[in-house]
Amino acid sequence: MSESPIVLVQRPPTFDFMDELLGRNFPILTTHHTSSVPLLNSLSRHASSIRAVVNMGMLKIDADLLSHLPSLQLLVCTSVGTDHIDLSECKRRGISVANAGEAFSEDVADCAVGLLISLLRQIPAADRYVRSGKWAKSGEFQLGIKLSGKRVGILGLGTIGSLIAKRLDPFGCIISYNSTSQKQSIPYLYYPDVLSLAANNDVIVLCCALNDQTRHIVNREVMESLGKNGFIINVGRGGLIDEEELVKCLVDGVIGGAGLDVFEKEPRIPTELFGLDNVVLSPHAAMATPESLDNIAQLALANLKAFFSNQPLISPVRLD
Amino acid sequence: MESIGVLMMCPMNAYLENELQKRYNLHRFWTCPEKPAFLETHRNSIRAIVGNASAGADAQLIDDLPKLEIISSFSVGLDRIDLGKCKEKGIRVTNTPDVLTEDVADLAIGLILALLRRLCQCDSYVKSGKWKYGDFKLTTKFSGKSVGIIGLGRIGTAIAKRAQGFSCPINYYSRTEKPDVGYKYYPTVVELAQNSDILVVACPLTDETRHIVNRQVMDALGPKGVLINIGRGPHVDEKELVKALTEGRLGGAGLDVFEEEPHVPEELFGLENVVLLPHVGSATVETRNAMADLVVGNLEAHFAGKPLLTQVV
Repeated sequence: MSESPIVLVQRPPTFDFMDELLGRNFPILTTHHTSSVPLLNSLSRHASSIRAVVNMGMLKIDADLLSHLPSLQLLVCTSVGTDHIDLSECKRRGISVANAGEAFSEDVADCAVGLLISLLRQIPAADRYVRSGKWAKSGEFQLGIKLSGKRVGILGLGTIGSLIAKRLDPFGCIISYNSTSQKQSIPYLYYPDVLSLAANNDVIVLCCALNDQTRHIVNREVMESLGKNGFIINVGRGGLIDEEELVKCLVDGVIGGAGLDVFEKEPRIPTELFGLDNVVLSPHAAMATPESLDNIAQLALANLKAFFSNQPLISPVRLD
Repeated sequence: MESIGVLMMCPMNAYLENELQKRYNLHRFWTCPEKPAFLETHRNSIRAIVGNASAGADAQLIDDLPKLEIISSFSVGLDRIDLGKCKEKGIRVTNTPDVLTEDVADLAIGLILALLRRLCQCDSYVKSGKWKYGDFKLTTKFSGKSVGIIGLGRIGTAIAKRAQGFSCPINYYSRTEKPDVGYKYYPTVVELAQNSDILVVACPLTDETRHIVNRQVMDALGPKGVLINIGRGPHVDEKELVKALTEGRLGGAGLDVFEEEPHVPEELFGLENVVLLPHVGSATVETRNAMADLVVGNLEAHFAGKPLLTQVV
């Protein structure tokens, strides 16, 4: 008789890279559903034996789903963001939560810098210019904008924000930040709010968590403050920016341009962005390298092992 | 006083043209229908040449202009100028170092990231609406990869400093070892390529460095290695490069320069593992203005009998 699964690995079918590693260590059940209702239907037999869920692909974990998993004690997310999780319900039920910690922070920081250079120096547009044969026919490409020495304001100076600052420092960029915590040890200039951050920088980079306080934190007023020579890089969550206003500001030249890896209703994107050369877009791929996936698999395993041997979690999420 | 004749070799910058026009009798060489006749007519009035990365002054042109005193290049590279001939005839040469160092180094890192993380393909993927049907594939991590730099001058050093921010170990090849830099020296380019994930060309183009990246170097770099060229097209054996890429013997290339600009081998147009840029290393508004000011500043200094700003010869 096979063991009842104690770990539920919920992931899109293409995200099965962890199955073997986790399956070697625990009796697992793998499922792939985009909504909680079909998920509940398919695991009804096993619902009561599940003690841990590894959640990939951002399935919403709400109170209703949690109520159908009476033995659940641990939720392991493979994202850093937990805006899709009802954290207060987890707390109420005594469920511990772990996230991706720093598993892919370097890749996200690299992507943010890559988007910024690509945006200011127009790399994708220039590459298209060459491949279409225009360089030979129509002469020189247009001039870009210098990155070195620019003022860059980071919204959210966590691990990813700090790694971005570390990368931009040798470019001679002048780094400032706004974050929920202002630390004495941070060598960069602190701004008390996003409006002053935008007013005093050439570029703002968004890498903070999405929650009730930060939803649409970048709104029309902030974008007007950033101005027509200002640029936005977003590797946080689409919801950090009022996307409807962003599109208007880009089309009307209220801001200089944007490099975006995340969107409010991904993978649906405002089509007005498709024809803009002062916009560089990426399909939420900032962490999509084999190294990051390997890191997240190892981290998920480490959190599960720690939990099942009554050790502290490696990357716990605070639940208050 | 008769006005000073300045010969500008090709269109390079509107601001520069304006500033030269204000001060001198500016001749735009590319608009002359009969160049030999033009040179014959103006041989005694042209005292300065303004060139760039595409066009400078070879021995023949220098001989055709007996009153030539100074060549002021709108570039840092001097491979388009016959420096030996200039030395022989006492013609002064200036370039535009330092002001473009940061832009070129920024672009080198930009090429690495765009290539490894497939940023151009990601941008097209989203803008073509394909994301609705599935995620883009995995790409290659940059942080922590070893970077090998050919030429540790101003630009090579600036690239090294930026790559260190990504925790990249830095290797280099140079004519002489530099013991104080803290990077690992390799005595040959092949050994540098063998020991680096990313090979960057950042040295001047001379007779010695032509095709310094040849088939042997590309094979040493291998199917997981990538080449970044922000130097000059002739640094790389372009025919061999095309073969290495199309045959999968080289992992990828980020190129800002080519042997016969603006012509780029069309075999590269369909490849996903290349980034192709139209020689934009110093192409920002700020930097081109600063370069133009240096060109004009050097000419003004020369004709006023003052010390040159950035003299090479």
